Amino acid sequence: MKLAKFILAGALGMVAALVGAQTVQINGAGATFPYPIYSKWFSEYNKVHPDIAINYQSIGSGGGIRQLSAETVFFGATDGPMTEEQLKGAPGAILHFPTVLGANVPVYNIPGIDVELKFSGAVLANIFLGKITKWNDAAITALNPGVKLPATDITVAHRSDGSGTTYIWVDFLSKVSPEWKDKVGVATSVNWPVGIGGKGNEGVAGLVKQTPGSIGYVELIYALQNKIDYGTVQNLEGEFVEASLQSITAAAAAASKAMPADFRVSITNAPGKGVYPVSSFTWLLFYQDPKDKPKAKIMVDFLKWALTDGQKYAGDLGYAPLPKDVVALEMEALKKIKL
Amino acid sequence: MTKTPSPRRSADDRGFRLVTGFFALLVVLLVAGIFVELFRTSQLSIQKFGFHFWVTKVWDPVAGQFGAFPFIWGTLYSSLLAMLISTPIALGIAIFLTELSPRVLRTPLTFLTELLAAIPSIVYGLWGIFVLVPLVRQLQVHTPEWMRKIPLFSGPPLGVGMGAAALILSVMVIPFTSSVAREVLKAVPNTQREAAYALGATRWEAIQAALRFGRTGIIGAVILGLGRAIGETMAVTMVIGNSPRVSASLFAPQYTMAAVIANEFTEADTDLYLNALIEIGLVLFIITLVINAVSRLLIWSVTREASVKPAKTASPAVSAAPGVAA
Repeated sequence: MKLAKFILAGALGMVAALVGAQTVQINGAGATFPYPIYSKWFSEYNKVHPDIAINYQSIGSGGGIRQLSAETVFFGATDGPMTEEQLKGAPGAILHFPTVLGANVPVYNIPGIDVELKFSGAVLANIFLGKITKWNDAAITALNPGVKLPATDITVAHRSDGSGTTYIWVDFLSKVSPEWKDKVGVATSVNWPVGIGGKGNEGVAGLVKQTPGSIGYVELIYALQNKIDYGTVQNLEGEFVEASLQSITAAAAAASKAMPADFRVSITNAPGKGVYPVSSFTWLLFYQDPKDKPKAKIMVDFLKWALTDGQKYAGDLGYAPLPKDVVALEMEALKKIKL
Repeated sequence: MTKTPSPRRSADDRGFRLVTGFFALLVVLLVAGIFVELFRTSQLSIQKFGFHFWVTKVWDPVAGQFGAFPFIWGTLYSSLLAMLISTPIALGIAIFLTELSPRVLRTPLTFLTELLAAIPSIVYGLWGIFVLVPLVRQLQVHTPEWMRKIPLFSGPPLGVGMGAAALILSVMVIPFTSSVAREVLKAVPNTQREAAYALGATRWEAIQAALRFGRTGIIGAVILGLGRAIGETMAVTMVIGNSPRVSASLFAPQYTMAAVIANEFTEADTDLYLNALIEIGLVLFIITLVINAVSRLLIWSVTREASVKPAKTASPAVSAAPGVAA
């Protein structure tokens, strides 16, 4: 009897817990690049607030913007800021909030060369335009005195899928090369003048690893994980900087001085000492006047947590944390959301 | 018990016919629905580019210029090459298994060829990247200089490209073609072979007679393989190099219709871009339909020619794409 009562009490308790909990489900969709940190954040936040479940689908930046504009998700995420046209197409004002930073590195595979090569923006642009075709081209050897580069052909490897990673890379190239800006331009996929396409960061990393004489671009974490040689890139001050969490955060700190109120800013080729020039923010997108006020309040609280406590998870996952100035600006901007 | 069917039973028959007829109709509706939806959601692109979409070589998402020709070329060229490689091998397998193989080998060999069909295409793709592409690159590196002057073998040795894509497609297509061809040959009545032997035919001549008897089914088997090759996405995109350029070279990186949709759909950020990708889907759909229709005509003309002879050939129903009613 006692046991039966105990079981009954337990069952009733569980039912009460299920009914009482009333988990709030919030759905978002967008960029694939920040997916690892976002899913970490949502699961950590769920541990602290068990009644809140945030779902995130990494369907791509373009898809995220479209879903948010169609109001099928509560929030969106993108690697490239929304264009004026896209903002006008949405049913309400949309706010951008930078969450973490990422960077691309030029990876290469030249048999016999295992030193860190130096690249300038102009050289990278000309390689990707197909104007520099040999590794011993005068433009490359001039930047790398003492390195005996072979006379082999350069094979360019790029992303075949539309990607925020590509956006950051070509955004940098069009800032350093007027010709790139005219001929190719900036988007998540472009009409590549030369080269072969690999799917995903792992696809490009694989192509570069396998193809002697190749050069490509991947997110920093992929170059580290796959142990591929990657070069330094010359910044606006003329320094050759290696990508690291510090040099990426420095790029954002440099940009924060002239941060536009809507945070829609490209920080590629940012000015300042020690800045890695192929860095970028990634953004979460919210409506300024959301229809569902309780959910909006939860997301504002979440974002405050992500911008402060949440930043400590960034480094391990290969993202650079936001500089303090930017966090302060965002905390101020969060007040714009009408609760 | 009466000899005529009871009223209850004929009612059952009618019900059964209605239900199965409804299922058959569903397929037709589904195909029509896909066509209408593809056509409707690609309107922006259809209106802007019209027929030029089929023949334009430029694919520039930044400038909003979209043309499908490099993708159509890549799809048809890679599928054709895959057919050229896989058909003789698949037919060889089928002939060996039905006509020549010792009984002990028959079951394990059949099992193994059909196992090839069960491997997910992403696994083929990974195998392609790590095994096939380096092999192809070695072949390309060792291609003699005089051969490189031929357009078919021109260009730098990248490994990835049309050659690798055609090879991986042929491996993927072989089990489909060979298993259908095997069934067709098994269905050839033994009297055909015995008649050939009775006339003093050699083994090879008897096999030729069996092949001739089952040719409609064998054409069907090849078309089934072609359907598989045209629609294959993942494995191809991993080895073809994904570069929308038109080239006859086996060394050149190229692109296919299915691959560009898989690659660019998620990040297509403008409506026109999205519509253009959907129109590629429409083009793929139309090309598949046309190939199906042509293959039906081919089979039909062969059967008509053969129908003068007494026995009807055994040919399993085939169509180039599963779910497409010809």
